[in-house]
Amino acid sequence: MSAVPPVTTAPRVPVADAVAAPVPVEAAAAVQAAPAQPPRRLERRHLVAVVVLLALACALPFFIANYRIFQLTLALAYAIALLGLNMLTGYNGQISLGHGAFFAIGAYTAAILMDKADWPYWATIPVAGVVCLAAGFLFGLPALRLEGLYLAVATLALAYAMPQILKHKAIEHWTGGVQGIVIVKPDPPWGLPISQDQWLYFFVLAWLVVLFVVGWNLLRGRIGRAMVAIRDQPVAAKAMGIDTAMVKSATFGVSALYAGVAGALNAIAVQFVAPDSFQPFLSITLLVGIVIGGLASISGAFWGALFIQFVPNVADQLSKAAPWALYGVFLLAFMYAMPFGVAGFVQRVAARFRRSPRGPA
Amino acid sequence: MSAVLAGARQADAASARDTMPLLAVRGLKAQYGPTQVLHGLDFEVATGGITTILGANGAGKTTTLRAVCNMVRSSGEIVLGGERIDGLATEAIVRRGVAHVPDGRGTFLHLSVEENLRLGAYSRKNRSDIEPDFERIYGYFPRLKERHRQQAGTLSGGEQQMLAVSRALMLRPRLLLLDEPSFGLAPLVVQHLFEMFRTINAQAGIGMLLVEQNAAMALKLAQHAYLLETGRVVMSGPAEAIRSDETVRRSYLGY
Amino acid sequence: MNALLHQVLSGLASGGIYASVALALVMIYQATHLVNFAQGELAMFATYLAWTLIQAGVPYWGAFAITVACAFVAGVAIERIVVRPVENAPILAVVIVFIALLVIFNSLAGWIWTYTIKPFPSPFPSQPLFGNSYVSSHELGSMAITLAVLLLLFVFFRYTPLGLAMRAAAQNPESSRLVGIRVGWMLALGWGLAASIGAIAGMMVAPTVFLEPNMMGGILLYAFAGALLGGIDSPGGAVLGGFIVGVLENVVGAYVGTELKLTVALVIIVGVLVVRPSGLFGRVHVTRV
Repeated sequence: MSAVPPVTTAPRVPVADAVAAPVPVEAAAAVQAAPAQPPRRLERRHLVAVVVLLALACALPFFIANYRIFQLTLALAYAIALLGLNMLTGYNGQISLGHGAFFAIGAYTAAILMDKADWPYWATIPVAGVVCLAAGFLFGLPALRLEGLYLAVATLALAYAMPQILKHKAIEHWTGGVQGIVIVKPDPPWGLPISQDQWLYFFVLAWLVVLFVVGWNLLRGRIGRAMVAIRDQPVAAKAMGIDTAMVKSATFGVSALYAGVAGALNAIAVQFVAPDSFQPFLSITLLVGIVIGGLASISGAFWGALFIQFVPNVADQLSKAAPWALYGVFLLAFMYAMPFGVAGFVQRVAARFRRSPRGPA
Repeated sequence: MSAVLAGARQADAASARDTMPLLAVRGLKAQYGPTQVLHGLDFEVATGGITTILGANGAGKTTTLRAVCNMVRSSGEIVLGGERIDGLATEAIVRRGVAHVPDGRGTFLHLSVEENLRLGAYSRKNRSDIEPDFERIYGYFPRLKERHRQQAGTLSGGEQQMLAVSRALMLRPRLLLLDEPSFGLAPLVVQHLFEMFRTINAQAGIGMLLVEQNAAMALKLAQHAYLLETGRVVMSGPAEAIRSDETVRRSYLGY
Repeated sequence: MNALLHQVLSGLASGGIYASVALALVMIYQATHLVNFAQGELAMFATYLAWTLIQAGVPYWGAFAITVACAFVAGVAIERIVVRPVENAPILAVVIVFIALLVIFNSLAGWIWTYTIKPFPSPFPSQPLFGNSYVSSHELGSMAITLAVLLLLFVFFRYTPLGLAMRAAAQNPESSRLVGIRVGWMLALGWGLAASIGAIAGMMVAPTVFLEPNMMGGILLYAFAGALLGGIDSPGGAVLGGFIVGVLENVVGAYVGTELKLTVALVIIVGVLVVRPSGLFGRVHVTRV
């Protein structure tokens, strides 16, 4: 036969009509390729930037009002969740429309331990993480065989079912049913002269730093490369000897862990959990976060978190419906115009600065 | 039946140049992604004539047909009956009377034989003589009539090829593009098929551009032939001449 | 026994709704191998349009017809304007676009019509037929309408040239071009039809669940469950699956507790995907390297 690539390629409409828009090629390249590579070695200037940012972050709570600190704390927690989701969806290519469910499980784990078993708040975080790791891994196992769309549908179903499960009478004794659980705001330890909000901020920040370092290492190493390989060329990855089933399940579990820790931290900051805080739209919010922030990027988690924390606050003033309308519009806009997300945009700008001449010799 | 028999069935394509060719292609280039496959082809099909493009695996024969229908990224001048068709969408080219029987047959496997044929007539403006055409097609290929309610995917290779050609004929095309119709078929079936081509060409005056690896059969059917080698025309001439030239046959056609 | 019969009949009535939406989902899936996550919200939005018309004094069936027509046009427009540019983009990009549509329509509805629950009229009498105690007139009427819609679609796809062309375009776009079918427009048509079906489903369900922006969320999920159960690329299977899910939902809900109904959907979805991803009647997919 002549040297023609197989006629049947992708099952969807393969050849565009004669009037083909140039956008799909770009979006395709963007979403699939870069900055999808696992993070490079830590270069000196990156390290400097991170240290500076960290210092700024530590200094910040002493200069702003308590309410703002509270909002930033929530944003930091979201960033953790977004990094987890990005690992799963951005790096590993598994679409989850239900990560709000793991966020909820983590939140409720912390709340129940604190409320019913009198655990100290700081001890609940690892437990929430482990519980979600297990839950994610278990959910990921059957999900292994599901390709993109089917997994998306299944996780969406999970997102819709979660509030109902949380309200159910059988476990009402633990979950507090529709009313939910109220928890007490923790005090700063060792009599430190800072406010509760400031302490919580540092507490969450500490967890964030730990989890980001762990995540960065994970993504940078063999496992990270395996994840990306599975996303881009699943069959070839398997042929190369990667245990795709194990990596996919593990990624699901780890991303759920991150979401669970974020949920627990969120619960402690907000001092309250209730089924209606974890509606399906929470999962969609998380998806919005990683798209805006930048798929398959670590710094993207921050941009996305800032977006999903602060934009609704502003939009709410317009109308109750406005935040969601904005989310939708932003999603579309980013898909068509800025598929790399904010992180990608920043990278490009930074690259342009680096390439431009240093001025007169 | 509005048969178009304006073209002369000349053995020599040169003298057919006084009448306008049905299909005239100049400087056809095509590529798959970054790989250039065709490097500027020139060829013609006379009105009512049969032209064949021969060559080994990888020469670019299938790509040529796909390029004519704009199914692959290509450039160059393609003129059908005096009208430029390069750059038009595939379905627009088809609607101008070009029926392509693709490599792999392109049958709608999950539809019935009859539905496949009906689809062939989809773009026809005059719908009143579709039913008589069914009868005519079943006349050429009675086996299809026997199986007309059967799912097309369950037909044998030869029957699917007949179905693919019939579907193309239902379009009432001016030009029929045939991509390796003999592929995977038993010799007797191939013979029957090529006889049908001769009959159809004689009765309906449909021009044919035949891409084939089976050079012997193709040269017996066609009036004019082009030899393709890695995306370039290396030889062209009357089929008769190429068939009788031993050196050409040995070096290019392997027999 | 009476109670069970009542549940089953009720289940068939809601099953008809799920079957219609499932069919709409399958139509789009067959043509594009994509799942339209925004199907429910589009239907909800169309139902609000009908509500607005009725409030303005348009008689019910007039509003019904106008809404179906508008939904059709909207479906075509969305396919041409929003979906076509990302046709060949990776799955994640397309999922995001659909989710974006879902979110936009949901919030637009909330913005324009507020989140207050509104009653939606039923065109059927409030007294049950023959005074029976098993099924309300609305349920019967709704079943009749959805069956009529399904029948019309069946006839359209099976016996008309356009329907044949649409089936062909969904199965084999390249060969379809080779017979002169404008595949792009076939897709748009499919979307238009799917949107119309959704609108009808919305108008049938609104009298029961009351009109509010989040009305279709659960229904979409049941439709997914039905489509997956029947086979996501089998229209007949999807319809059957929808009815089965409807009955299951009602029967299980009655005996286990209505608060867990959505969990039933989740269980069905995950169960089907794990045990038999191609559903009862779908084709098994082979992944090519």
